[in-house]
Order: sequence, then structure tokens, then C-alpha cells
Amino acid sequence: MAKLSTIRVPVERVTMARKVTIALVGNPNSGKSTVFNRLTGLRQKTANFPGVTVEKRIGKLTLDGVVMDLVDLPGTYSLSANSADERIAVDVLLGRVAGTPAPNVILAVIDATRLYQGLYLLQQLAELGRPMVIALTMTDAAIRKNIRVDTAALSRRLGNIPACTIVATTGSGMTRLRELVGQAVSNHSAQARSFWPELRHAAETLRGELQDTALSLVEIERALIDADSNAIQMLQDSLGDLAGQRISVLRQTLCGDQPPLAVEARQRYEWIRQTLPIVQTQSSVTARWGSKLGSWLNQPYPATALFLVVMATVFQAVFAWATPAMDLINTGTSAFGAWLEAGLPPGMFTSLLVDGVIAGVGSVIIFLPQIIILFLFIIVMEDTGYLARAAFLVDRAMRSVGLSGQSVIPLLSGFACAVPAIMATRVIPNRRDRIATIIAAPFMTCSARLPVYALLIAAFVPSRSLGFMNLQGLVMFGLYMLGIVGGVGTALLLKRSALRGPTPTFILALPDFHLPNLRTVLMKLLDRARIFLRRAGTVIFAVAVVVWALAYFPRSDLIETERLNAQTQAAATYDGDALKQAAAQIDNEAAAAHLSQSWLGRAGQAVEPLFVPLGWDWRISAAVIAGFPAREVVVAVLGTIYAVGAAADEASLADRLRVATWPDGQLVFTLPMVLGLLVFYAWCLQCAATIAVIKRETNGWGWPLFAWSYMTGLGYLGALLVFQIGSA
Amino acid sequence: MTLADLKKGDRVRIEAIHTAEASVQRLMIMGFVEGAELTFVGASLGGDPLEFLLYGSAVSLRQADARNFEVGSRPFDG
Repeated sequence: MAKLSTIRVPVERVTMARKVTIALVGNPNSGKSTVFNRLTGLRQKTANFPGVTVEKRIGKLTLDGVVMDLVDLPGTYSLSANSADERIAVDVLLGRVAGTPAPNVILAVIDATRLYQGLYLLQQLAELGRPMVIALTMTDAAIRKNIRVDTAALSRRLGNIPACTIVATTGSGMTRLRELVGQAVSNHSAQARSFWPELRHAAETLRGELQDTALSLVEIERALIDADSNAIQMLQDSLGDLAGQRISVLRQTLCGDQPPLAVEARQRYEWIRQTLPIVQTQSSVTARWGSKLGSWLNQPYPATALFLVVMATVFQAVFAWATPAMDLINTGTSAFGAWLEAGLPPGMFTSLLVDGVIAGVGSVIIFLPQIIILFLFIIVMEDTGYLARAAFLVDRAMRSVGLSGQSVIPLLSGFACAVPAIMATRVIPNRRDRIATIIAAPFMTCSARLPVYALLIAAFVPSRSLGFMNLQGLVMFGLYMLGIVGGVGTALLLKRSALRGPTPTFILALPDFHLPNLRTVLMKLLDRARIFLRRAGTVIFAVAVVVWALAYFPRSDLIETERLNAQTQAAATYDGDALKQAAAQIDNEAAAAHLSQSWLGRAGQAVEPLFVPLGWDWRISAAVIAGFPAREVVVAVLGTIYAVGAAADEASLADRLRVATWPDGQLVFTLPMVLGLLVFYAWCLQCAATIAVIKRETNGWGWPLFAWSYMTGLGYLGALLVFQIGSA
Repeated sequence: MTLADLKKGDRVRIEAIHTAEASVQRLMIMGFVEGAELTFVGASLGGDPLEFLLYGSAVSLRQADARNFEVGSRPFDG
């Protein structure tokens, strides 16, 4: 496993903080998030742990008037970390993460229906010797399965660690839990226990040989068991070359020639098999109607049908249900812009406000309805346990393209918007698979590509019937396929080159289906929307203002004078509607003239030679440059450049595009050129929000810069090939 | 016989494990140890991955991993 670059600090320094910190820890899907939300309410925030893309959820908990920090740690099955997420959970528990003090109290959240696995983590947590409380969740589900847990016996068996049962969905048992946590906070003398005395003894022996004692016994134990433990390095610092020799001698004594981790698992599960009958009783279960339906739906063919229905619903929701809200936002922002323009004196400031700020903000929030609906579905799928089921279903198919089952929901989400898609890749445990999915997701035909596709296809592809399909529809279908081929091909290519490595395993707990918890879903949704607005919003906004400035400056007085002269002349010649039309035409011509000599226009002219092989003139080049922050902007810029106005309807813009010519009179928009342009838009990464999110999710500028250059290059090559072959 | 050779609904006990691979050790942490009893729930689309029920937890793993677990059949006693 790759070395993870978490920033580590000596343990004494982080325990200095006086504030009480409580760590929430448990197996994945144990209902930790719901307990966290119950305890903190809205007083929580999300960030990343330093140096890694692991979510740090931290909230405020008030007990007896004292405010404490509650940290929600990533789910883990043991203290042997196997992913960046688990590594963080373990390091926080050991007090080795900068900015997060070692927890004063451990709150272990254990699924009452999965006590078998939960007891493994409980043994290891109890051995840390810190004040601790056990919260048994899913007790309602346990009752349905006729499982009865004796909390008093469980508590005794683990060495008198207080335990209580809760139903997080209804909040029952929470008062008792708060009480127990309060008692644990004031209890400073937790006793250290060991469930594997031989290991503890070996660790004590080794600690006796060390000069400095910054390492805890549990850390030394982890060094003896885990090959990639952080403590090994610290042992080497203390013992030098002797460390490796001492570790292997002690390992040999403890484990013989078996892998230490396997020996530990056998040791701990032997204890668990003795413990289970003492702490839990299960009478025979009569299969309920719900679980019968559940197991029927888990069979391959019904599961496939369900998967298709779920995905169809998601797409219907994202595209149909979001439309009224998007229309409202669109009308709202244009009306607000028009109102401001009418009320303010014309000039630079008004233009900045209307064309820069309001248009920029508008281009961010126009996609918010779709993004929120998509997030909602992803979160509900995660919360009900469906995400794991979907991953299980398609794992085989995804493996044939070098990815794993967990990549499917992010990739499908990419058909609506790459931003939620990329943020949903956190469910993929393997880093190489995750990066490959992140780079493949922006290839999927997102909703922002559709206005560009619609305009060009309606204007230039003849509406000819081809059997049961229409040529226009066929081109649209082809563009979707192009996106899929580009994304999947890229993922395959990456997995064979930069991201090559052993095939990751697909060890995944498949949680029972359960109803989503409204509270948890809404809080996660709020959190996701906030991240989108903050990360993507600020970038899109900044780039939109920069593009506005490029399109506005320098301002030519000559064009303004000519415009005013033309307006005066028109006023003298026409009246009524004819005058209105003529005045609008003059304004549009002036806007086009301004744009052509602006920095943007000049940039288009400067890069024109680069794009001539693709059949693009400077106008299209300028529009493509302006589309960098958000690709759908290209339609409005083409409207301005071709002097039909930025808000022109598609038909009049299409009419204008059809007759656009090169200086020598040849048509610019030929079919090969248009098809090439469509290929370019299918593959290029014209979306600042996506770049910002890739940066956030990969923790650096390397991958976003690669994605942008690679996709732009691929789009260019595609357009070049189509145009050159088509024109030959 | 290994975990990869079961029929749907088979209930078995793990008898021996080839522990060399890291993924096998992960599964051992999740309770796939000698003596553990489990039920083969079924395979996914295309025959892989496989789903097992282990003391109330459903866990999925690929055939390649399942081959490392030797099992003995243990008919349902109930």
C-alpha cells in the first residue's frame, strides 16, 4: 500500500489542547452519522483532514453546560488500516493527526445485528485504555431479527465499559447515551485491558528496550502486527537497525511463520465465539415479507431490472423535475439583469454588474437544481444501502474496463453533471480506481453540453429519417457514445499506464436495505450544496468576471460614436416597430464590433491559425476561449459575435451561423466543421467547476491540469481528424 | 472444496485458509476465520462477485479471494 502523506506530530503536542474531544468510531454502515447528527444537530462542519481527501466532520456537543468537540471518524473494522480513510481513523485514535487532539473519550458505535464483527473493533478500542462508551445501534432491526443483546453482559465481558442501546432514527436512548458520555468525560482513570496477553507482553518487552516512551503500548502492538504501521518508523528512529531484528524476533515468537494479521484475527475471533453466546441470544427467525422481497431483489435479474428503474428515475428527475426551477432561475437572473441595466447609466460599471457579476452568478446557480437533485439521489442510495448493492451488481462488467463496481454510480452521475459525480467517488476505496473514475467522469455527456449540441445539430444536421431513427437523433446518440468511449478508453489507458497496479479486491459489506433517515439525508445534502457553492461557485464566478473583462476591454470610442450616429440616423428615418428593430440591430452590430476588437476578440484572432486546420475562424476560437469557465456560455458568446444579441433565440442564431463566411466568401459552418466542433465539445473539459472539484478531490493541481490538457488535446485531435477527413 | 465452489444456499464451515494474500487477511479481520460458519447467498451478474452471509452480515468478495478458503459442508441443523 502506498505511503500516505498525513502530517504527523509528536503525541505530547496534540494532547496539550484543553478542550475535550470525543471520537465517534465504528464499523462502516453502523449508523455513526445518524448518532453524530443526533448529538450535534446543525452545529457541525466538514473539512478535509490535512494532506488527504478524507472528510473530517466535526461538531459541537454540550454536556452539563460544557461544550466539547465531537469528531466523526471514517468507518473501520480494525486498527489495521487498509485505506486512507481507515488510516485517518486509526491515527486520530492514537493521537497522531495534526489539528485533531487525541480523543479524551471514545464513543464506539456498534451495529447490534453485526456484533460478530463489531466485537473485533471493540476489543482493540478497549485495549487503548481510554475512557469509552459503547452505543448499540440498529436495535429496532435487531428486534425484527429476534436478536437480543445483553448490554450488562457485554459491558462486563469487555472490562466494565458502559454500554447502552439506542434507536438513532427515533432518538430513543439518546438521553442515556449523553449521560454515559458525560460520566466518561469526568472519568480519568480508565484501565488498560488486553484480550491477547501474549501480544501485550511482547509490546511491554519491546517498550522496555526503548529510550523515549512517546510510543503507546497499542502503537508498539500495531508495529508488531501491521507491516505498514507508522510506529515501525518511530521504532527505527529509537532503536536504529536493531528495530527490524527485534520486530521479526518477537513476530516469530508470537506468530511462527503465519502472517501476524491472520494470527491476530484467529486469536480475537476465538474470544468472540466464546463471547457471542454470553452477550446475545437469537431465537429462530421467521422470514418476514420485507426480507423475502429484499432477497428476491438481490438476485441477478431482478436486481438488474431494479437498477435500470432506479437509474431511469434519477435521469428523469435530473432532467425533467429540475427544468421548472432552472427556467425560473434563468428568467429571474435575466429579468434582474435587464432591470438593473434599465435603471443604471450605461457604462463599464453596469456592464460589469450585468454581464459579469449577474451572468457569472447565474451560470453557477442555474445548475444548482440539477446538482441538488442528483446529490439527493446519491445520498439516499448511500443511506439506504443501495449503493453497495449496485456496486455488487455491476462489478464484473466494470472490471472488464479496468474499474470496479463502486465506479458505476459516479460515472452514471456524470451524465447529469461531473461535479456531484466526482464528489461521489469517495466511496471508491482504491486510490487508483478512484483517480481513473475521476478522470473518466467529465467525458460523460453532462447537461451543460446539451445547449451546444442542440444548437449545432438543429442548425446543420439535416432532419432526415433513417429507418426508425432520425439523422439528428443519431448524431446526438453518437455524441453520447463518443463520451462513453472517451471516458472508458481513458480509464483503461490510465489503468494500464500511470495507474497500473494489482487488481484491487472487492471486499464489501452489503448492508440490509433500510429506509433513509430524513435528518441525515438533509444534513448531507446541505453540506454537499455548500461545498459546491463554495468550491465551484467561487471559481466559476472569478473566471466569469475575468472573461467579462477580456470581452469588454479595451473599449473603442470610435465604435460608440458610430453607434450613436447610426442611432440618430435611424431615429430620423424610421418610426414605431421598424425603429425599434433598427435600433436593436445597430446595438447588436456595435456589440459585435466591440467584441471583435476586445482582448477576447484579439485572442481569437491570435489563435486563429491554430484552429484553422479545424475549420474554425477567429469568432469560433474566441467563443471557445470564452467558454472556458462554463461550456454552455459559448452559445451566448456566438450570439454576441454574430450580432444577433447574447440572448437571441436559437433559430435566429442558427440562421446567422448558416450564412457566416470566411473573408473569401466560403461558408464557415460546413458539415465536417460542425461535426468536428461537436466532437471537440464531447471531449474537451470546458468547465471550471469540474477542474475545481478535481483539485479538491485529488488534493493537488496535477490531476486537474492533466485532465484539462488531455481532454482539450483529445477534443482538438478529434475535431482535426473529422474536419480534415470530412473535407478531403 | 473452497468458498468459490458452493451452490446457492449452501451452509458451510471454514476449515483452512491460505493466508498469504493481504486481501485474505482483510477478510479474516471481517470474521472469515477457521471455524466460522457461513451461507452462500448467491453470485452477482456474470457469476462474480459472490455474496456470503456470516453471523448476520452480508459480505461480498470476488472468486479469486474465495478460492483461498477451504470449507467443509455442514448441513443446516434445524
